[in-house]
Amino acid sequence: MSDIFSPTRRRFFGLALAAGAAPLIRPRRAWAASTLLNVSYDPTRELYQEIDRDFSRAWAQAHGGSPVQIRTSHGGSGAQARSVLEGAPADIVTLGLAYDIDILAQNGLLAADWQKRLPHNSTPFTSTIVFLVRKGNPKNIRDWPDLLRDGVQVITPNPKTSGGARWNYLAAWGWALRQPGGTPDTARAYLKSLFGHVPVLDTGARGATNSFVQRGLGDVLLAWEDEALLATRELGPEQFDIVVPPVTILAEPPVAVVDRNAQAHGTTEIAQAYVEFLFSPVGQKIGARHYFRPVDPAILAENRERFADVHTFDIASLGGWAKVQKDHFADGGIFDGIYTK
Amino acid sequence: MTALRLLSGRFAWPRRRDALPGFGIGLGLTLLWLGVLVILPLTALMVRPWSGGIHDGARAVASAMRDGRMLAALRVSFCSALIAALADLVPGLLLAWALVRSDIPGRRVIDMLVELPFALPTAVVGITMATLYAANGWIGAPLARMGLRVAYTQTGIVIALMFIGLPFVVRTVAPVLRNLPRDVEEAAEVLGASRAQVVGRVILPALYPALVTAFGMAFARGIGEYGSVIFIAGNQPFHTEIAPLLIIIRLQEYDTRGATLIGVVLVVLSLLSLAAISVLRRCLSHAQA
Repeated sequence: MSDIFSPTRRRFFGLALAAGAAPLIRPRRAWAASTLLNVSYDPTRELYQEIDRDFSRAWAQAHGGSPVQIRTSHGGSGAQARSVLEGAPADIVTLGLAYDIDILAQNGLLAADWQKRLPHNSTPFTSTIVFLVRKGNPKNIRDWPDLLRDGVQVITPNPKTSGGARWNYLAAWGWALRQPGGTPDTARAYLKSLFGHVPVLDTGARGATNSFVQRGLGDVLLAWEDEALLATRELGPEQFDIVVPPVTILAEPPVAVVDRNAQAHGTTEIAQAYVEFLFSPVGQKIGARHYFRPVDPAILAENRERFADVHTFDIASLGGWAKVQKDHFADGGIFDGIYTK
Repeated sequence: MTALRLLSGRFAWPRRRDALPGFGIGLGLTLLWLGVLVILPLTALMVRPWSGGIHDGARAVASAMRDGRMLAALRVSFCSALIAALADLVPGLLLAWALVRSDIPGRRVIDMLVELPFALPTAVVGITMATLYAANGWIGAPLARMGLRVAYTQTGIVIALMFIGLPFVVRTVAPVLRNLPRDVEEAAEVLGASRAQVVGRVILPALYPALVTAFGMAFARGIGEYGSVIFIAGNQPFHTEIAPLLIIIRLQEYDTRGATLIGVVLVVLSLLSLAAISVLRRCLSHAQA
């Protein structure tokens, strides 16, 4: 025991400490101009894998062969935004809802008018909220009121912890407002009743999909169209059907260059090229392949058989994210009111 | 003066041979690690709610204390952890007994398996539990036929916490059991005690302090447990929403102060229960001595 701190041990210990600390003091130059970090949300894994590969190739061809290394990180939209806020060196954010990027803008990471810098509210692909039901639709669910029928269980995650769930919630809210005689009060009553049919509040969209698909829980899953299409076409075409409600929300997951980080890394030009690539025909086609609705009308028309016709309303018609967030999802907001005793 | 000499003698780089070799550097490193890894983050946690001034912070604390949903979440977390820690004592004791006293085949394998809950990522535990206990799962389906729902109820939370807490009991009780002098038991038997009397009046009392420690550790761990619980809990506000989930919800609202407040409450309550348990343990040890 007495030789714990003998000279050799001590030297070894010091070396080990130095080795452990080395990554911490690595010079910042490691962020060379040819590395990009895209901080994204959960259901875009497969999409950005393909985008990253094709963009990197296109950029190398146009700029004399120097390849770009793009890394993309995924997670819940809000958690991802918070990590960027707390210093994750994202050059680009591609998140589930504009509010999460607004928060970054409020903290000076990018310009307040970021959403006007790219076409279509900086949204290269849209999606919508649909119903995923068991094969053959045994409970005959066609429209929003059907969700309130006795014995129908609805699976949707907690809008407080999941960006996707906020779209679900707002789709229901917007539909209820648009009914004859619809007022905020009737919409609130509808949602209160709707969440009475929710047996489990998962924290994220993937967790809710798991509850529905793996655990056999519930009769309807409220889901992003891209997730629902992926689940039916690639996981189990014989297990599920998609029901597109007559009216639903236009989900717009936007993208932006994080000015402050890109400037610090010297990647502004390439980051800008990356987000513009998403709107190019190549980028739009990749999006459609991964079940995201392209904003380019020509490419959308090419993929007509993939995407059902829907009547949608957008977030602006509900007053925009800042208002919606404050009214519905802030502490003590309308959503909390649903769960008061 | 003595204190000063003691200080200079102990904390200075050891020039002469100390009774404990390397005491100075050992203590220094301990304090450094403790400071960086434990005290600094805890201090940051404690200070954060007051960043807007004392008055502001006090108002936030007061309104948090009136928040029915937070109180409900704290109740769910504490009650579940309490029940789970208590429920762990019996199987934990039996397991420790089997591992120490018997020579069952595969003892070493069981010994290793006991530690698995420490090693598994908690999310894996939670997802596995939810899969097993859901109404279509291996255990959940027969239970559902009997009308018992486990997953997505508080029972589910307790079961997940029991899984997480079990190794604390086994690992705390087993060494004490191993070191228990056999001659005391033999003496009791020679004096005419039945086997039940030996267990109840000789062995168990000697294990009380260890059992209390085990309970305390399992309980304290259970209060803050997130990963393993979240998948099986159902997360319904007022019923199956645990306090750590409420922290995540507050963070998602970008309400860092609200989140830290719940964190502070959890830390304070955990510390208080650990202190109470340590007092209880001391009483028990004294009662035996």
